[in-house]
Amino acid sequence: MTFDVNHPILFVLAGFLVAVVLGQSVYSLVKAIRRSKAIGMDQIKIKKTIKTAAVFTIAPAVSIVISVIALSKSLGLPLPWLRLSVVGSLSYETIAAENAVSAMGLTLGKIDALTAQQYVNISLVMTISIMMGIWLVPVIGKKLLGGMSSLENRDAKWADILQSAMFIGMIAAFLGYVFSDFSMLWNPVEGVAATTALIPVCVMAVSAIIMALCGLLMKKLNWKWLGDYALPISLILGMASAIPITAWLS
Amino acid sequence: MKKELSYIDSVHRDGRIWNLGVMVLLMMFPLTVAFLFGASPDWKALGLGLLATAPMYWAVGIIETITFTPMLGAGGSYLSFVTGNISNLKLPCALNALEQNEVSANSEEGEIISTIAIATSSIVTTIIIIIGVVCIVPLTPILEAPVLEPAFHQMLPALFGGLGVVFVSKNWKISIAPVVLMLLLFIFVPACNAGTVGIMVPVSVVFTIAVSRLLYKRGVL
Repeated sequence: MTFDVNHPILFVLAGFLVAVVLGQSVYSLVKAIRRSKAIGMDQIKIKKTIKTAAVFTIAPAVSIVISVIALSKSLGLPLPWLRLSVVGSLSYETIAAENAVSAMGLTLGKIDALTAQQYVNISLVMTISIMMGIWLVPVIGKKLLGGMSSLENRDAKWADILQSAMFIGMIAAFLGYVFSDFSMLWNPVEGVAATTALIPVCVMAVSAIIMALCGLLMKKLNWKWLGDYALPISLILGMASAIPITAWLS
Repeated sequence: MKKELSYIDSVHRDGRIWNLGVMVLLMMFPLTVAFLFGASPDWKALGLGLLATAPMYWAVGIIETITFTPMLGAGGSYLSFVTGNISNLKLPCALNALEQNEVSANSEEGEIISTIAIATSSIVTTIIIIIGVVCIVPLTPILEAPVLEPAFHQMLPALFGGLGVVFVSKNWKISIAPVVLMLLLFIFVPACNAGTVGIMVPVSVVFTIAVSRLLYKRGVL
């Protein structure tokens, strides 16, 4: 068989693995819904949760498709399809592929056609290097969550605060990240307008204002339905605002 | 008599089977390609490639597992660590669902809601990627249109702007210190940038927990 990065057999292999991962998601969803019924949870709320999660996911999922397209130019379609359907990201997969190829004395993007051996090396490096979480959760997940449960029993108030602190910690890191180019305002980089540093900050501000407006409308006009769509709305309008903001500040 | 498993125990049992099964199957992809096309790996280059990539991502993987698992819950964790995009998709999705349903992440209801949100998000993501792969030819010029590029480039600020308003306003006392610290670090320390934000998440989480504990002990919270 002559190797090609888009060989039909690679689509079959990747498709099979994607189907298995899809199967795990469907299985988890069905199991959780059944349990929600068994303990008498409000099924209208469950349906709303599904609807909101689905709507919220669309824009980030489309950005993953863009990553698949970007990677497919050097790696063909099946491997990026598989890698970005499971744990991975554009930056990680690119770094892993570049490291795998450069270890063979080559440069990714400057290879006319990958050989089967190069392809195997790239996919092995990509797969092994990011495997940690997949097997570590089965090993330590139960113990970690058991610790949270016993904390909840010992001191419920602190357990709640701890949970909020973890969420806030994550959000704070990303809020900081939005300002990561801010120093360009006083340390300009040649060829780049200093004001580009303000683009993510302005986009974040737009999204935050929209979310605050949604909250206000929910409170003042009693538009409770808006709560289900507030995050997707702020995400999509925030992203849309990036188009004129970028044109203005670049 | 056989002891009946609790829901949470069965989630752990099933999660272990799924994750270890998926792990083996993922490894089978390169090995099957090698077998089918008669191409054994270049072992020396593989070692070098792994040495350049794996240690950092394994370290990040350990930290992420410890940091994210208590936030995602059992069902959500098993699934998220297989399907990825945790901090930019699965976790915000779960947080939003918990917030909308006004349930604690530590409760069984929270566990169920978080799993439902993450599983739905995983299914939708997988289906959209499949559509993208099937329709790659007509979709490429649209998705790669220069006019749309800034929108997708600024997804994270748009996501955390909205999420930040909800969570910071509800927990402003514990938010001030970590937000100020992260702003200072990301503005003034060049090593804190888009590439290292994943590493800064656990740093920020540990700092926020420490500050919260202090405030709690002093009766401020």
